[in-house]
Amino acid sequence: MVEQSARTTEQPLPLPRSDLLHLLERMLLIRRFEEKTMEMLALNRIRGYCHWNIGEEASVVGSVAAMGQGDRLVTSYRDHGFAIARGTPAGAVMAELFGKEGGCAGGRGGSMHMVDVPRGFFGGYGIVGGHLPLATGLALAADYLGEDRAVVCAFGDGATNIGAFHESLNLSKLWNLPVVWLLTNNQYGMGTSVRRASAESELYKRACAYNMHAEQVDGMDVLSVYEATHRLLLRARKQHEPALLETLTYRYPGHSYADPGRSYRTKEEIDRWKQRDPIRLFQHYLEEYTSLEQSEFDAIEKHVDQIIEEAVSFAEESPFPSPDSLFQHLYAEESKS
Amino acid sequence: MTEGTYRQALQQALREELTRDERVFLMGEEIGVFGGSYKITDGLVHEFGEKRVRDTPISEEGFVGAGIGAAMGGLRPVVEVMTINFILIAMDQIINNAAKIRYMLGGSVGVPMVIRSPGGAGVGLTAQHSQSLEVWFAGTPGLIVVAPSTPADAKGLLKASIRNDDPVLFYEHLMLYNEKGHVPEGDYVVPIGKADVKHPGSDLTIVTHSYMTQRCLRVAGQLEREHGISAEIIDLRSLRPLDFETIATSVKKTNHVLCVEEGWVSYGVGAEIAARIGDECFDWLDAPVKRIGGAEVPMPYSKPLENAAMPSAERILEAAIKARRGTR
Repeated sequence: MVEQSARTTEQPLPLPRSDLLHLLERMLLIRRFEEKTMEMLALNRIRGYCHWNIGEEASVVGSVAAMGQGDRLVTSYRDHGFAIARGTPAGAVMAELFGKEGGCAGGRGGSMHMVDVPRGFFGGYGIVGGHLPLATGLALAADYLGEDRAVVCAFGDGATNIGAFHESLNLSKLWNLPVVWLLTNNQYGMGTSVRRASAESELYKRACAYNMHAEQVDGMDVLSVYEATHRLLLRARKQHEPALLETLTYRYPGHSYADPGRSYRTKEEIDRWKQRDPIRLFQHYLEEYTSLEQSEFDAIEKHVDQIIEEAVSFAEESPFPSPDSLFQHLYAEESKS
Repeated sequence: MTEGTYRQALQQALREELTRDERVFLMGEEIGVFGGSYKITDGLVHEFGEKRVRDTPISEEGFVGAGIGAAMGGLRPVVEVMTINFILIAMDQIINNAAKIRYMLGGSVGVPMVIRSPGGAGVGLTAQHSQSLEVWFAGTPGLIVVAPSTPADAKGLLKASIRNDDPVLFYEHLMLYNEKGHVPEGDYVVPIGKADVKHPGSDLTIVTHSYMTQRCLRVAGQLEREHGISAEIIDLRSLRPLDFETIATSVKKTNHVLCVEEGWVSYGVGAEIAARIGDECFDWLDAPVKRIGGAEVPMPYSKPLENAAMPSAERILEAAIKARRGTR
């Protein structure tokens, strides 16, 4: 039932070269975007929390890239990267962080509640584990309506200790729903390590309790994540089998802006993970197997920088929502408040 | 029109809506094979099959949340939570997800679902099975809360709730399930957000909802006969949105108000009504607004204690007289 999937870093190429370069670009875009949000926070352009995907780019991009066009996604509040990976314009994500009308949630959601329903992204949610039941329901709707789609539900290691996790995994297997539970194990729920929070620290093993297929992959290797997600999504759509996919990864910064991320972990540990940086790992893979040149990498980096620059401009220029619109979207147009 | 019980009226509404719209489905504990803990869904699984009438394990958070997700995914779920006391397990889903999703996601997706759940005391179920928690939801923007008191309203409001595009907490009451009355046949829909004057009167406005409406109606005759007080009984039917217009119209006529609810008075429905009357109808009042409700204790088991903890007909009568006379 439980398998350790092998890394797929050998020939032949799992995807056309242009697609591989696109994965690299998306990872780099997320990294640079998140770094830019840190800058914008310091300039007070962004309020509230900011939970970054830095260090987790391979898990985010690999899993989202494996989704079909009709598939659906819900995530935790660590969601900037997921929106970008799914194709939401970086400007719409940045504008949301700025609280602007042009934001993907019209400035109502902010960092934790990115959304892009036309692209199948049904939102980021702020209560740990609270969105897992929504994924069960989205998968139930797809199954009920006979639609050929599956759901990816992304959450962190911290979410595995809350009741909603167990209820959702049980229901999805009981009802054979097309959902892939994407457990992004970045080793810490805020400042509490997996070992200090979970009696069974091999988290994917929990799927055994639901008679559910589970895999653990190297979350720093974008192709491993891509390959596993792709396969499990296919299985979910065709055989109506849910699965749990654990990606082992690491968040470089603290939990959020208020956490320097150093009281509960050592510099040595952080450096050890950084030695397997997902972007550099993939860059080396591409150099080795697709003869990626430094000039090509530089061009991608330049393109990414331009996207970020344009995203910030878009966010700056987008107007704030009018206070007159305070009650908009509370209820459907035809309902009354 | 035909006679029927509140229970039958609910089932009729469910059957008609299941027939009308393929996207409507029912989900909850023991609603299918078992027939429903209070038999509201009895037999429906045989008529519509397990896809439309889905039994769930004991996982309130899991299946209420799945209802929300299913609604976001294009369905019209009607989720039964066996009693309002168990809904606390699913509170995060209702308050943090259902009530907020449309707004916090900038209007990109809505949650057209109904959560049906009965509450109330009076049958010896004690502290953890006798609560009236509807007011907790009525204080939450993004939700709609309805609480019918008659078979006709039960049918009409349930149909309206299922057709509504926002999450509705549909509050039922254990003591009402066997209540008999007219059940309008066919496509009978009661608009959400409209209170109903269940008994006209000229001396005193009694504002109430759910099972307490029935109790107040029984007191109205005695008030008139024995005390010469003509009470107008307003059944709120919807707690959110609240139909304050109907209340204000009545207050301007009677100039005296009593609020009656089964739940705890502090921070309750009556508190809200009294505050709004003070705000908007102060000049029309001839006496302070009075309110009564359940005693502020966990519901005790022993019958005399349980009776003492509930707003009995005697207590309502006494409070009505005081409200009319302006005495304490």
